[in-house]
Amino acid sequence: MPSLSADSRRGVEELAASVQRGERSALAEALNLLDDRRDSARERSAKLVHLLQGNALDLGAHIIGMTGPPGVGKSSLGACLISEWRRRGMTVGVLAVDPSSPLSGGALLGDRLRLHSNSDDRGVFFRSLSSRGHYGGLSAEVWPMCQVMASAFDVVMIETVGVGQREIDISRMCDTTCFVAQPGSGDSIQSLKAGILEVPHILVVNKSDMGAIATRTASELAGALTSEHPDGAWRVPILSTSATQGKGISELADCLKVHFQNLLQNKLLKHRRRGYQAHWIVSRLREEFGSHGVERLGGEAAIAEQIQSETPDLYSQYDALRRQLTGCDTTNKS
Amino acid sequence: MNNETIQRDRPWLMRTYSGHSSARASNELYRTNLSRGQTGLSVAFDLPTQTGYDSDHPLARGEVGKVGVPIDHIGDMETLFDEIPLGEMNTSMTINATAPWLLALYVAVAERQGVDPVSLQGTTQNDVLKEYLSRGTYIFPPSPSVRLTTDLILYTVEHIPKWNPTNICSYHLQEAGATPTQELAYALSSAIAILDAVRDSGQVSADRFHDVVGRISFFVNAGIRFVEETCKMRAFVQLWDELAGERYGVEDPKKRRFRYGVQVNSLGLTESQPENNVQRIVLEMLAVTLSKNARARAIQLPAWNEALGLPRPWDQQWALRMQQVLALETDILEYGDLLDGSPVIEAKVTDMIASARQEMLEIDSRGGMVACIESGYVKRELVESHTRRMLGIESGELPIVGVNCFKESAQSPLTAGDESGILHVDSTVESEQIASLKAFRTNRSEINVADALKALRAAAKHGENIMPPSIACAKAGVTTGEWSEELRQIFGEYRAPTGVDINRAQQGSSEALELTRARVQRTGEELGRPLRLLIGKPGLDGHSNGAEQIAVKGRDAGFEIVYEGIRLTPAQIARAAQEEGVHLIGLSVLSGSHLELVEAIHLELTAIGASHIPIVIGGIIPEDDAKLLVKKGLKAVFTPKDSDMNDIMDRMVDIIRETNGLEPDV
Repeated sequence: MPSLSADSRRGVEELAASVQRGERSALAEALNLLDDRRDSARERSAKLVHLLQGNALDLGAHIIGMTGPPGVGKSSLGACLISEWRRRGMTVGVLAVDPSSPLSGGALLGDRLRLHSNSDDRGVFFRSLSSRGHYGGLSAEVWPMCQVMASAFDVVMIETVGVGQREIDISRMCDTTCFVAQPGSGDSIQSLKAGILEVPHILVVNKSDMGAIATRTASELAGALTSEHPDGAWRVPILSTSATQGKGISELADCLKVHFQNLLQNKLLKHRRRGYQAHWIVSRLREEFGSHGVERLGGEAAIAEQIQSETPDLYSQYDALRRQLTGCDTTNKS
Repeated sequence: MNNETIQRDRPWLMRTYSGHSSARASNELYRTNLSRGQTGLSVAFDLPTQTGYDSDHPLARGEVGKVGVPIDHIGDMETLFDEIPLGEMNTSMTINATAPWLLALYVAVAERQGVDPVSLQGTTQNDVLKEYLSRGTYIFPPSPSVRLTTDLILYTVEHIPKWNPTNICSYHLQEAGATPTQELAYALSSAIAILDAVRDSGQVSADRFHDVVGRISFFVNAGIRFVEETCKMRAFVQLWDELAGERYGVEDPKKRRFRYGVQVNSLGLTESQPENNVQRIVLEMLAVTLSKNARARAIQLPAWNEALGLPRPWDQQWALRMQQVLALETDILEYGDLLDGSPVIEAKVTDMIASARQEMLEIDSRGGMVACIESGYVKRELVESHTRRMLGIESGELPIVGVNCFKESAQSPLTAGDESGILHVDSTVESEQIASLKAFRTNRSEINVADALKALRAAAKHGENIMPPSIACAKAGVTTGEWSEELRQIFGEYRAPTGVDINRAQQGSSEALELTRARVQRTGEELGRPLRLLIGKPGLDGHSNGAEQIAVKGRDAGFEIVYEGIRLTPAQIARAAQEEGVHLIGLSVLSGSHLELVEAIHLELTAIGASHIPIVIGGIIPEDDAKLLVKKGLKAVFTPKDSDMNDIMDRMVDIIRETNGLEPDV
């Protein structure tokens, strides 16, 4: 009876190097590793992220979030964007997050996005993830996986249905968050006005082929926006696209690029990503030790400041803080 | 009294859905069938022909001549009807996305035979809408598909007046899980979508439009609950009469008549104790013949061994004889309607009509049938109904003799012998077809072909009727793949919603499911991450019901399921398996091309360094092939005999454990 391990188990250094070269089997193996919750995998994961993150956090790929209500055509739009980026010679990694069943823990992934894209194209890599009972939010694996993908591709796109916590989570991982709205639906506008919707960097009204109703939604969204994005001098643009007719795609790709360049020019990127990393670490600490634990380390703001001042190294930073808590007290939950 | 001659109604058209291997072989089969008393033809095309690929296209590999006859060009069509005078024949063609093309070839062959197309009789199925919901041989997005459908309708009403241009199908909806109510509602809503499109096309006068309504026919299914099925047919008759009168203002009762053909239920046919299928088929035939006012115009019966593989000529003859015995020996054709006036039937029909109307209103409120297909609404409803049916079989609430009760059986002499009771398609069929296609291409005028394609493109672009340039293409020697590719360039390709994202799948949590769920979870924990399963449908086969049910069940058992719908290439499947980090690949193949497809997927996995992922397969797979597949490294082969889906889930967990070096846990 052959006892094959599912993965080839190359050394972590070799795995990291292969990922950076864009080897698909290595990337798949790396993502499997980051997904592996066994203690035995933890050390390898930490080392892998350490090897790959280095300066990549401050410099790497453009990380884009695509969110919006179900049925707005996010997948088709995402597929159009992928084609556009490929035309521009950029490689693309995609992380698609689907909800999982609270009862069985099972999930249907098979996001339709991949199918819209050219499957023979080696410049695109697609991994889906289930939310895994994370109270509607994104599961903890998304950020480290995103880091690994960012070391191998020019663009990383995280796509998920934007409802509640998931929508907030995605805005705390991506350089540029793009919200796709449904023509004729007042929901997005109401959410924006009520402050429930985190203000995205780009608003897109898809299905512009629907005509007047799409134009009206675009102008209503414009009215509901308080003009500037809170985190910088960025005027939130409202774009119209039609994924089915392939219209407005190149403009959207341009707009995403302009936003990224804006972050680079204003030297915001480094600060923001380190802030996201801090947010991830604090969230994990809060899960394990409760708000109480986070307070004992001086509170979220202080932790974030500390993390932002250090060289990025996800798991080492996290483990160091963890040790501070477990070292003085072993009680877990508050 | 006694001397009075008994008035018998004319029997329905008797057909057998057939075609395989090559045009030559199918032609022989047709002539044999006709000589045995078959009164019409029903042509089965292979999947490349149905989905618009030439036999030498990479996607056609392994599919040529498998589920029907390959037709690449006018030469094949001419061979298919060799010595069959088309002017006297009534031919039904199960063809949808490429229906205008196959009709064009038929017309061109008729002209070569010296037959005036005006006299042609027959049917093109030409109902693409249901292909998005079941069966899966669509090519283009819904909107251009509806346009092609209406083009064909408009052309035949004008030029081939006795032709049935479209057969709106509820047959495949039942196979996809539809309840009688859903069958009624979805089929009639599809008819509305098509007729509205014809009416609004501006290509037809109000007068002519009534002829169009009169030419619409239906293709239905009859399941084993034959009393209910009879009522369904009576409900159809009544609803269609009303619809034609009220919605479309048709006054002539003849043009409001619900005309339909039938293939009785293949879904309910079993692989275990397959001889029982004979009585199932006969009872199901009663459903569509008993009530004179709702009687079928044409019937084709499946063969008893369809769940085993391809039926042989003898099996098809047996199916034909069943019809002949009912029509000729029994007295069924000697009476008026047997059910008129029965309060029981009346109440049931009234009830069905009411619920069908309600569902039709629902469809209407969601923007009509096309919108409901695009949004995935109808597909989800079907998947849900089918899931309920499967749970019924699992729990035993829905008894199926030989499957979930009375399973003990003596050895059947019917399936003994070297060929195991099925037809084996000669493996040289594909290469011979490709060789003859290549020879055909070298003998035609490329200039004529280019001109004909140019005219086709222009018509497609400018909204002119697609039929005349298609007929010109047929005569010029254009191939099936070329015709389709030209339109793909203009209309684009489409992928339909899979419908497996139903919300209410967890109904009926059973003890067995709980146990499986615990194993899935435990094994996931042991392996460090949730178990992932890729369900792949390679090849051109669009029969996705099985794959969908496994996807739904898999999710309920706690697997993370990657399912991307039908018609995937081996490369796509291999790549998705690697990128998604799945623990197991589950393939579903019903077209008979399992050997070729599995081989191709093996090669792709090896090429990308993912050959460690175990593979299982499900489908209509003859026993000998199953053995061969296991020998080639497949971990399990599931066939219709494996009706307990919890058991299938469990076996998949076993395989994942074993492959990953875990100890058996049960």
